[in-house]
Amino acid sequence: MTTADVLLFGLGAVAVGAGLLVVTTKHVVRAGLWLVVTLGATAGLYLVLTAELVAWVQVLLYVGAVVVLLLFAVMLTRAPIGVSYDLDRPGWPALLVGAGSGLGLGALLVDAYRWSTVDLPATGSAERLGTEIFRSWVLPFEVLSVLLLAALVGAIIVSRPDIGERR
Amino acid sequence: MHPVVPYVTAALLFGLGVYGVLRRRNAVLLLMSVELMLNAVNLVLVTADATARAALPATGQVFALFVIVIAAAEVGVGLALVLQLYRLHRNIAVDTVALDDGSLDDEPVGVG
Repeated sequence: MTTADVLLFGLGAVAVGAGLLVVTTKHVVRAGLWLVVTLGATAGLYLVLTAELVAWVQVLLYVGAVVVLLLFAVMLTRAPIGVSYDLDRPGWPALLVGAGSGLGLGALLVDAYRWSTVDLPATGSAERLGTEIFRSWVLPFEVLSVLLLAALVGAIIVSRPDIGERR
Repeated sequence: MHPVVPYVTAALLFGLGVYGVLRRRNAVLLLMSVELMLNAVNLVLVTADATARAALPATGQVFALFVIVIAAAEVGVGLALVLQLYRLHRNIAVDTVALDDGSLDDEPVGVG
């Protein structure tokens, strides 16, 4: 067990524990805050796995933007602040499918990798990833910018009732 | 570094996301569970980039960045839809949404 292993294990335990609280807590707002813990722990995992740029983008975009959007939606839909008991549907099918997929994938990966050891590669710095994006993945990058524009326009049209009404 | 540790973490996170999507009624909590699943996929991509030696370097990390961007777009559109649903129904429980709601009511179905 090296330092990287200990860090991976600890951060993974934090991520899974907080993720469990995200899907089980009775407070809507607290689910969002536990999601911050999960995403932050995952950013730490990325850092240990030498994905430096991805980790900081995760902190900026997920923990910063996406969670703030989710909390805004919680506020705008007037979710109750305290405990609410009507958040869940009956649990047995969900438990069956969720545990089945999670443990099944886990067993598959454990069987595939056993306790093998790998040396970590060079750090995925912004320079290296930028070179890679603009050398090999330019077309997907541009298509993604078009997708972002389409999502922006779509979100505006959906949330404004005065445009696109059939009259 | 043992690659099995982050891989199993990702698998468990994905299972939790699936559980949340099937269990939760509140649409915002459902989107949070979807974020958990996307996050698990990103973790698999980054781990695969660190463990497997691909022909192109850093491909897994580039794909993880792409998935993050798509997730941001998805959550933007999804929350716009959720807010519109709340504006129409004052309720965002996903199992109370009528699937044939609205669009057929204000038009005569069988003309002639």
